Amino acid sequence: MSGTFVGMPAFPTAAREALGDTQLRRNLAHATRTIRDKRAKVVAEVEEWEELRLAGAGVKEAALRDLATHLETLEDSLTRAGATVHWARDAEEACAIVASVTKAQGADEVVKVKSMATQEIGLNEALEADGIAAWETDLAELIVQLGEDLPSHILVPAIHRNRAEIREIFRRRMGAVGRPAPDGLSDEPAALAGAAREHLREKFLRAKVAVSGANFAVADTGTLVVVESEGNGRMCLTLPEVLISVVGIEKVVATWADLDPMLRLLPRSSTGERMNPYTSTWSGVTPGDGPQEVHVVLLDNGRTRALADDVGRQALRCIRCSACLNVCPVYERVGGHAYGSVYPGPIGAILNPLLNGVTDPQTASLPYASTLCGACFEVCPVRIDIPSVLVDQRAAVVDSHRDDRIPKPEAVAMKGAAWTFSSARRLARAEQASGLAGRVLGRFSRTTLPGGQAAAGRLPGPAAGWTSARDLPAPPAESFRAWWLRTNGGTDGGQDGGGS
Amino acid sequence: MSARDEILAKVRSALDGVEPAYAVPPAPRVPDRGDLAALFVERVEDYRAVVTRCAAPDLAGVVAQVLDGARAVVPPGLDLDLPGAVTDDGFTAYELDRFDAVVTRARVGIAETGTIVLDHAPDQGRRAISLVPDLHVCIVDAGQVVADVPDAIALLDPARPLTWISGPSATSDIELDRVEGVHGPRTLHVVLVS
Amino acid sequence: MRVALQITCVNDAMFPDTGKAVVRLLRRLGVEVDFPAAQTCCSQPMVNTGYLDEAVPVVRAYVDAFSGYDAVVTPSGSCAGSVRHQHALVARRSGDPGLVAAVADTSPRAYELSEFLVDVLGVVDVGAYFPHRVTYHPTCHSLRMLGVGDRPQQLLENVRGIELVDLPHATECCGFGGTFALKNADTSVAMGADKARHVRDTGAEVLVAGDNSCLMHIGGMLSRQRAGVRVMHLAEILAATA
Repeated sequence: MSGTFVGMPAFPTAAREALGDTQLRRNLAHATRTIRDKRAKVVAEVEEWEELRLAGAGVKEAALRDLATHLETLEDSLTRAGATVHWARDAEEACAIVASVTKAQGADEVVKVKSMATQEIGLNEALEADGIAAWETDLAELIVQLGEDLPSHILVPAIHRNRAEIREIFRRRMGAVGRPAPDGLSDEPAALAGAAREHLREKFLRAKVAVSGANFAVADTGTLVVVESEGNGRMCLTLPEVLISVVGIEKVVATWADLDPMLRLLPRSSTGERMNPYTSTWSGVTPGDGPQEVHVVLLDNGRTRALADDVGRQALRCIRCSACLNVCPVYERVGGHAYGSVYPGPIGAILNPLLNGVTDPQTASLPYASTLCGACFEVCPVRIDIPSVLVDQRAAVVDSHRDDRIPKPEAVAMKGAAWTFSSARRLARAEQASGLAGRVLGRFSRTTLPGGQAAAGRLPGPAAGWTSARDLPAPPAESFRAWWLRTNGGTDGGQDGGGS
Repeated sequence: MSARDEILAKVRSALDGVEPAYAVPPAPRVPDRGDLAALFVERVEDYRAVVTRCAAPDLAGVVAQVLDGARAVVPPGLDLDLPGAVTDDGFTAYELDRFDAVVTRARVGIAETGTIVLDHAPDQGRRAISLVPDLHVCIVDAGQVVADVPDAIALLDPARPLTWISGPSATSDIELDRVEGVHGPRTLHVVLVS
Repeated sequence: MRVALQITCVNDAMFPDTGKAVVRLLRRLGVEVDFPAAQTCCSQPMVNTGYLDEAVPVVRAYVDAFSGYDAVVTPSGSCAGSVRHQHALVARRSGDPGLVAAVADTSPRAYELSEFLVDVLGVVDVGAYFPHRVTYHPTCHSLRMLGVGDRPQQLLENVRGIELVDLPHATECCGFGGTFALKNADTSVAMGADKARHVRDTGAEVLVAGDNSCLMHIGGMLSRQRAGVRVMHLAEILAATA
């Protein structure tokens, strides 16, 4: 009952459409500004934040570098604690495991804790095809699910919706799948949250099976950790008889003590709080308390592909906090849908190509969806150098086309530029030509930049992308190089380079 | 090959040539903040939870006053005389939903983050009882309050289920505006005993 | 100390006045710069578009032109960042240990102009006079890749006659991003429009920055809007005298 990202156009096209959605622009600008400010405030409270980031990056990096050992330890600890461990190579296998465990209970519905891994594998759609209803219980996920919409943010999937839109979705859709929204529902966030509480409570109380992800999986103790705010997670993790957790293999940390930097970094980076309202940890089955049948599905689905990439491996440190989305000037303007994946924003622009490769043109457009401004790296709690990985993934895109029979115009241009830039003599000749072009352009142009330099207004051809909204300075008649040569570095001709 | 063996083989091959040993830089410690109980109270209140401080002999009276006649469920090991409170007897979720309140103790309090951790020992009860009722009265002993997250991690036993609570249930899912009260208890009342 | 000027390809072809200003400024401070004629480009346009093989001969040209200098000063945070942070990557890609070693030698000697003035020459008052209302945009690569911090502001604050005003949301990217400005022109323009609005809100007559490529983007928008704001490179303000 939700949309699909399949068949999305490449980023520039999707972005153009999103940029024209004035409501979306307003909603995103407001939401990202709010969360950025909150994060900045609580991060500033921690005197040794940079050291904490180093520790957090270290914990995840250490776990990844010896991942096979930690996964075996995790499997062992979980099994000893009474959990059943499953392994899934891909989305299809993972969905099949969840469906078969659910059916074995004779259940036709599951309640779900918000989980990126289950979004990634399209679990809800797969379960639906198998006759099992999957109820999202996180408020934002509920909004997306009821609205037959797509998630646009890792932490707040309905960030693109404002309170008025949410009220409409609740009023129209809640009744079809359970308790309807109360009459006279206002658009106050507290009232909307109250409506969600009433709507979901009956589902929590009757659920036999719950599905979750995990923020962390502790290898040495077999402990899974879910970090949340609303209590829907606690409901799902506590009340049903059976719990199935789908966990990406990169969620492993080695030891219980490793949770320390992570639990200090995640809430401050994510919701901008000192600590999120609720964190639940559990190790297998606890007799007499909570689910008595516990399943853990360890998921690959492209993670081993990313792990094999020496530059990109660091992306697997990601703890899904969304700080990089919230500070990204591109994300703030185009929103999450333009990225065509459940992982949008800067992290999505590297994670999608790393998990899936760059053969699909939509995925191949993602590493270019960035100005490389570096704001993402600055806030990342586990120090993923996103700009460097973006550049490396751009190289992967280019390399995947090196054997094309007909090279792209860009490749031809870059080869030409490289040829010119490998020799100062060739460059000087090119500059003479551009100076000439500049003189021609200057004569026909109607524009002079403030300060006096001649400029071109709207130009046809490849320059149109620039000049549709920006004037373009005309190249001056004499390059710096030519000036230096002519005036002997400004010492012959005087004024330009001479002393003051 | 089984999925397990195939995934592990792919992990090993992906890391071929990567040095597995990696020195993790130690996480920094929080500087001395002085009076931990005071900081704990300030930070818990910051989440819009209610805090009452009292001396040990006054505890039962204070809790009764907080409950104000609400129908309360309590864990078997609470060890507090609360007239009218019902001890958990393995109630179903539906039965728990008919209680207004729950009273528990806690395992540890974290001053820096204003967090209470339950390890669901008999004085706190199983997880469901402190989740379904709408008011959670949580008794924390001042001696249980530690400075920061690493101190709590060191004290807690991961073999037990743990619930970390920082304020009442909340969401920021609508326009990133924080609203208290979704699925968990909408009121958290902490009684700090010194 | 042997000091070379790395003019950068954009300044060489499009903004020679910036280069002339650097020469004038450094001479005034007693530093005679060389202009190694063999220099071309830092290779950033290729690297940032993903053409690493194509970048190899360009990095080689850089190393050939600048080896042997104690310091290479450039009026571009972005190009200095490319030399310091990307050349090693390109050299590794080449598989040539000679290039790797040469890059390890030249890369750390690259300085962005404000770094060179403040850190190497130890001056913050360069004796400039510029009686105008000015706002400063810290370009992303200066700020986050190089970490120039407040060096440019320190230099500007010591300019006689200047009225320096804060730019709202200064640290946010202007949307240029090299080939991003063409590949994702719509998003680039949306970001540039906001940056131009913040510039206009300051009431400044001049927007100053340490990178002419970003200024070409923001200035192109301001010009199209007939905003009455001109853009100038930091070097040109610091070189100005009474």
